[in-house]
Amino acid sequence: MHTAADAPLNIVVLVKHVPDAQFDRHLTGENHTVERSQSILSELDEYALETALQLVEAATGDASAHKITALTMGPDAAVNAVKKSLQIGAHQGVHLNDPALAGSDAAGTSLALAAAVRHIGGDDGVDIVITGMASTEGETSLVPAQLAERLDLPQVTFVSAVELTYDGDAPVLHARRDGATHADTIESALPALVSVTDQINEPRYPNFKGIMAAKKKPLHTLSLADIGVDESAVGTSGAWTTVESADPRPPRGKGVVITDEGDAGVQLVDFLTTQKLL
Amino acid sequence: MASVLVYLDHPIVPLAKASRELLTIAATIGEPAVALGVDSLEDGVAEALGEYGVRQIYVPENPDLDKYLVAPKAAFLAVVVEQASPSAVLLDNGFESKEIAGRLGVKLSSGVITDIVSVGEDLTVMKLDLAGSYTVSAKVTHGIPVLTVKPNSAEPRVASEPTRPEQVKVAAVDVSAVNAARVTGREDKKASTRPSLSEARVIVSGGRGTNGDFSAVEAFADALGGAVGASRAATDAGWIEHSAQVGQTGQTVSPQLYISAGISGAIQQKAGMQTSKVIVAVNKDADSPIFEIADFGIVGDLFKVLPQATEEIQKRRS
Ligand SMILES: Cc1cc2nc3c(=O)[nH]c(=O)nc-3n(C[C@H](O)[C@H](O)[C@H](O)COP(=O)(O)OP(=O)(O)OC[C@H]3O[C@@H](n4cnc5c(N)ncnc54)[C@H](O)[C@@H]3O)c2cc1C
Repeated sequence: MHTAADAPLNIVVLVKHVPDAQFDRHLTGENHTVERSQSILSELDEYALETALQLVEAATGDASAHKITALTMGPDAAVNAVKKSLQIGAHQGVHLNDPALAGSDAAGTSLALAAAVRHIGGDDGVDIVITGMASTEGETSLVPAQLAERLDLPQVTFVSAVELTYDGDAPVLHARRDGATHADTIESALPALVSVTDQINEPRYPNFKGIMAAKKKPLHTLSLADIGVDESAVGTSGAWTTVESADPRPPRGKGVVITDEGDAGVQLVDFLTTQKLL
Repeated sequence: MASVLVYLDHPIVPLAKASRELLTIAATIGEPAVALGVDSLEDGVAEALGEYGVRQIYVPENPDLDKYLVAPKAAFLAVVVEQASPSAVLLDNGFESKEIAGRLGVKLSSGVITDIVSVGEDLTVMKLDLAGSYTVSAKVTHGIPVLTVKPNSAEPRVASEPTRPEQVKVAAVDVSAVNAARVTGREDKKASTRPSLSEARVIVSGGRGTNGDFSAVEAFADALGGAVGASRAATDAGWIEHSAQVGQTGQTVSPQLYISAGISGAIQQKAGMQTSKVIVAVNKDADSPIFEIADFGIVGDLFKVLPQATEEIQKRRS
């Protein structure tokens, strides 16, 4: 871990390759996993990457020494999420790709990702792990909290603002977390795990320069053996939950559509009355 | 019969509907017990929990669990689970509860399932996946099931015989040993007199089409006794606070009646409301995707349609 005010930041951003919500999405196969053709970098992870870029841009010290690693876990095509992250501005990419990972639930996913983060951190460790608020397909929001638990890091999750200041030489993370009934301000030492909502920033797009530069950035592929995780701890064999059945819900039938000719408000009240909703 | 532990962060009287639902579900699968996130019971809470058949209330000796983010609460709950050996742990589906559930699952080596809409006696659960487009039946296969349940998943029902819950003090968790972020400030949002979005039977939502003027949306919501929601375009513009946002990154709601006014119905908005029982849409543009899922659609100006409907309701009531 780096502690001095001018020490470079070592940040890992988790990025996920998810089915594009603009298309019909499906669960397939015996284990009812999400079908992944037509996938993209999760929009919610773009906010995480943008947060990392802004933290680095605001940090003191030698700008070229800061390091942002985009980390993904998934089959071959998942590397596209890392490639897009490199185009947007991450410095290096890591793709954890192992057939034994297929069918992992949140517990297995957080176990493998924790090991990958440790591997990336090496002897110095990682200063900040940043994730999106949820994946756009699983939507459980479990992985950030479970990752914090497994890495024994303070969690600074679901935040809509984050900033790094220095108390003398010691970095302090400040954040804001909005709930339904109250908003909290939060403080944490580093290292820490941060998850960000879509309220935090406006993610930037890759530009031509970024796209060209990405081709020269390092991209490593890791297997479970590389990070010291046993196959039986992940995938379907390591899952602590199982999906017994998954049935598409009948699409909502298209109802009545009328055009207002001056009495639509009255017709609406008639409709609510017949539906016993008044 | 084994206990079923329900985590209630800070219950007050009257108990929130979501809490009463959790207690009702707990009673159908075992003997309900409660773990609190605060170190003292407010007046009347023990009696209110007793009405739902709660046998034990586990109270942390820590006055400071709330001063840290999530981790110490999960550590406390793990201690309670060890003490109570429940057959399952139930939490609400709010983001803090899901995070507590996630950490608890790792601590207990237990499977966690979120976004549940029903819990069977054998602990098989139902949830909706991919923005409500799939019904999924799932089960925890390892450890003590940790389940987070969405609001409106059960009809609250008091026990046939009320209990007098025993209060069990749980030794303080050493928060200094738990690596957690500190909460340094808390700003309460001003309480609304309207029902909360997650519990409302009726929701009237406004989008960019309101152009910042929510008065017609609010008046109609009030005539229906409903909550006010919004699209992200409206919350991003600062017309209404973010907590009113319905959708993928806002709240998922499933009321009896959802009225969408001046909202196009982008996939991220639909993701948060398409499991509503009845959907009504008012939009100027006949090609808006919201009409694909509306039971009753009106191509028209919300500033004409909503006030007329509000007035009509008042007329019929008087
Ligand atoms: C990662 C991500 C997460 C997101 N999460 C959410 C989310 O949780 N919730 C959400 O809502 N969106 C979300 N969005 C945004 C979503 O994609 C849409 O941009 C948003 O829902 C549009 O809001 P809107 O329908 O109010 O605005 P618009 O799409 O601009 O639609 C306004 C509509 O109002 C109609 N209109 C205008 N004037 C009138 C009038 N006088 N009377 C009647 N109708 C009128 C127009 O015909 C139009 O259809 C998310 C987007 C991303 C990328």
